[in-house]
Amino acid sequence: MEKISVITGVGVPLKRSNVDTDQIIPAEFLKRVTKTGFEDALFQRWRQDPDFVLNHEPFSTGTVLVAGMDFGTGSSREHAVWALRDYGFRAVIAPRFADIFRGNSGKQGLLTVVVPEPVVEAIWAEIDANPGIEVTVDLVNRSVSCGDVHSPFDIDDYTRWRLMEGLDDIGLTLRHQSDIDEFETHRESWRPTTLPAR
Amino acid sequence: MNATDSGTHQPRTLAQKVWDAHRVVTGENGEPDLIYIDLHLVHEVTSPQAFDGLRLAGRPVRRPDLTIATEDHNTPTLNITEQIADPTSRTQIETLRANAKEFGIRLHSLGDIEQGIVHVVGPQLGLTQPGITVVCGDSHTSTHGAFGAMAFGIGTSEVEHVLATQTLPLKPFKTMAITVNGHLRDGVTAKDIILAVIAKIGTGGGQGYVLEYRGSAIEELSLDGRMTICNMSIEAGARAGMVAPDETTFAYLKGRPHAPQGADWDAAVEYWKTLPTDPGATFDAEVIIDGDALEPFVTWGTNPGQGVALSDTVPNPADIADPNDRAAAERALEYMDLTPGTPMKSIPVDQVFMGSCTNSRIEDLRAFASVIKGKKLAPGVKLMVVPGSARVRLEAEAEGIDKIVEEFGGEWRFAGCSMCLGMNPDQLEPGERCASTSNRNFEGRQGKGGRTHLVSPLVAAATAIRGTLSSPWDVE
Repeated sequence: MEKISVITGVGVPLKRSNVDTDQIIPAEFLKRVTKTGFEDALFQRWRQDPDFVLNHEPFSTGTVLVAGMDFGTGSSREHAVWALRDYGFRAVIAPRFADIFRGNSGKQGLLTVVVPEPVVEAIWAEIDANPGIEVTVDLVNRSVSCGDVHSPFDIDDYTRWRLMEGLDDIGLTLRHQSDIDEFETHRESWRPTTLPAR
Repeated sequence: MNATDSGTHQPRTLAQKVWDAHRVVTGENGEPDLIYIDLHLVHEVTSPQAFDGLRLAGRPVRRPDLTIATEDHNTPTLNITEQIADPTSRTQIETLRANAKEFGIRLHSLGDIEQGIVHVVGPQLGLTQPGITVVCGDSHTSTHGAFGAMAFGIGTSEVEHVLATQTLPLKPFKTMAITVNGHLRDGVTAKDIILAVIAKIGTGGGQGYVLEYRGSAIEELSLDGRMTICNMSIEAGARAGMVAPDETTFAYLKGRPHAPQGADWDAAVEYWKTLPTDPGATFDAEVIIDGDALEPFVTWGTNPGQGVALSDTVPNPADIADPNDRAAAERALEYMDLTPGTPMKSIPVDQVFMGSCTNSRIEDLRAFASVIKGKKLAPGVKLMVVPGSARVRLEAEAEGIDKIVEEFGGEWRFAGCSMCLGMNPDQLEPGERCASTSNRNFEGRQGKGGRTHLVSPLVAAATAIRGTLSSPWDVE
C-alpha cells in the first residue's frame, strides 16, 4: 500500500447526508471479479443527472470529497472504496462514517477524516466561494485546511502509523502466527467446524 | 486463553465475554486486539478479489474447516437448472466454484439442498452457535448475533485477512443495551421492533456499538424473530447485534447437523449458560422501547430510519428541526413521490417482495401464508415469494405454503437474495413501488428508480391483499 503523509487536491462538495454504498456504487457493478477499473461505476446513477457535482468543472478532477453526516452506510462492499479510489479520490472528509466503510478505506489507503459538522459546512462555504480551491489533509500533523478553515482531526496512533508506513494488515498479523497456533490448541472440541460436512 | 477461562471477576456484558474468549493477542500502545474467528461465511460477490490476493501472495486458506461458501446474491430464482443468462453473474459464480475447489472450501451451489442466503444457511446447519465469532463479507452478518454470537460484516480485504490468518485486528466495540419491555400485540412482530428502534436512534445511532437486545419482548421471540432484529442492527449503524442465549436458543440448535452432540452438547450448553450479561455489568449506552405500544411499522423514505407506524401519515419535512434531516426528508419524499400528510395506508403498491436475509425463514413464510390463505392478490399487484434457502423452500412446500402463494396469485420462487438488492433479474422497474420484507430502502436498491417501503411479512401479506400499504389489523 502507498505511504500517505499529506494529501492536497481540489475539494468536491457532496452536500448530502446518509450517502449509502448503494449510491456510491450500485449492486450491478459488484459482479466484476477484478479489484480495479471501477471509476465508471462511482455514483453511477447520480452522475446521470447533469446537475450532479462531478459533472461540473472544476470538480470532475477533484481528489478530496467533502460529504455530509453518515457517509458510507449500508453494505460492506469494498467496491465502494475501490470506486472512489479508482476515480481519483484520495481522502473523504465527513462528520461521521459508517464503521465498515471506514475500515475498508483504511485497507486501501483512502483516508477518512472525521471533523465536526460545522467544519464540513465551513469547507463547503469556502468551496462555494471559490470553486476549485484545494483542500489539504495532513496526516503528519492531523489537520485539515481549506482557505481560511483550519481544523485538527482525530486519528489513533496505530492507524496513522500504518497508513504513513503503507503497511499491509496480513503481514502485520502474521508476526503473531505462533500466538494463533497456540490459541488454536485450546479451541474446545464442541466448537463448530464446517468439515467434514454433516 | 480458552473460552471457559473468564480471566476476571468484573461483571461483563455478553459482548465482552465473547470478545475476551477470542482475544489471541492483546493490543498494546494503541494497537488493536487480534481476535480469533470461529466461522467464516463466504459468497460469490465479496470473495473473488480476496482469493486473488491469496494467490498473488502464495498463501493458503488457514482453516478451510472453519469456512463455508454458498451462492446467493447473483443466483436466479427461476429456471435454476439452466445456465445463468447474465454472463457477468455467471462468471462470478463460476469464479467462486473454482476458488472453492482450489482452496478446499465447502461450497453449496445452486441446486444443492443446502444452497441459500448465507445468513439463512449458517443457522439452519447449526454452525451458528452461542459465544462464537462469525464474519462474512456482507453487512447483514449481524443476523447471527441472535444466537449470542459476535457476528459482523467485513470488506474484501478483511475476507482475505481471515482466509489467510483466521483472525482480525479489531479495536473493542462499545456496548449499547436495547431493552424492549412488555409484550408485542398480535400482528406486531420482530420486524416492527427493529424498524422502530432504527427510527428512534437513527441510521448512525449505533455507530461504534454492539447492540444487545434484551427485555421481555425479546425473550419471547423465536430465533427466527431474533435473527430479523439482529439482521438490521447494521441499519442503525452498529457493527453487530446480539441476544443472550437461552433455552429457546438451545432448543433451536439441538439436533441440527453441526450442533455439538453427546458429551460435547452438555459441555457446550454449560458454557453457553455462562454467556448472558452479568448482573451489574454496565453498558456504554441504553435505549428503552415500550413493546406494548408498538404498532406495525413502515418506512416512507430512502433510509431505514425514515419510518412511522402504519396508522400514521407521511411526515412533513417542515416539521423536522435538524436542517440536514429536513433536507434528507425533502429529497427522500421527492424520490419516493410522496406528499406530506398522506395516510401511509392510502399508498398503493405495484409489487410485494417477500424474502431476503431479514425475513425469509420458515416462520416468516408461515406468518405470510397465514394472512393470505384463501384470499386473492389485489388486481394489478405482483407478488414474489423467495424462500431463504433450498431447505426452507422444501420445508414450506411440505406444509403447502407454495400452493397457498400460488392460489393467492403470487409467484413461488427458488432461494436467494433476489429482489433485496436486484443483482439477479428480480428487479423493480423505474417508478415502481414495492412493499418489501427486506432491509434497505435506499434509492435504486431494488432496481433503478424503484421505490421501497420496508415492512414485516404480516404487513406485506395485508398489503398484497388490499393493494395499498396495510396492517394485518386491516384484514380478517
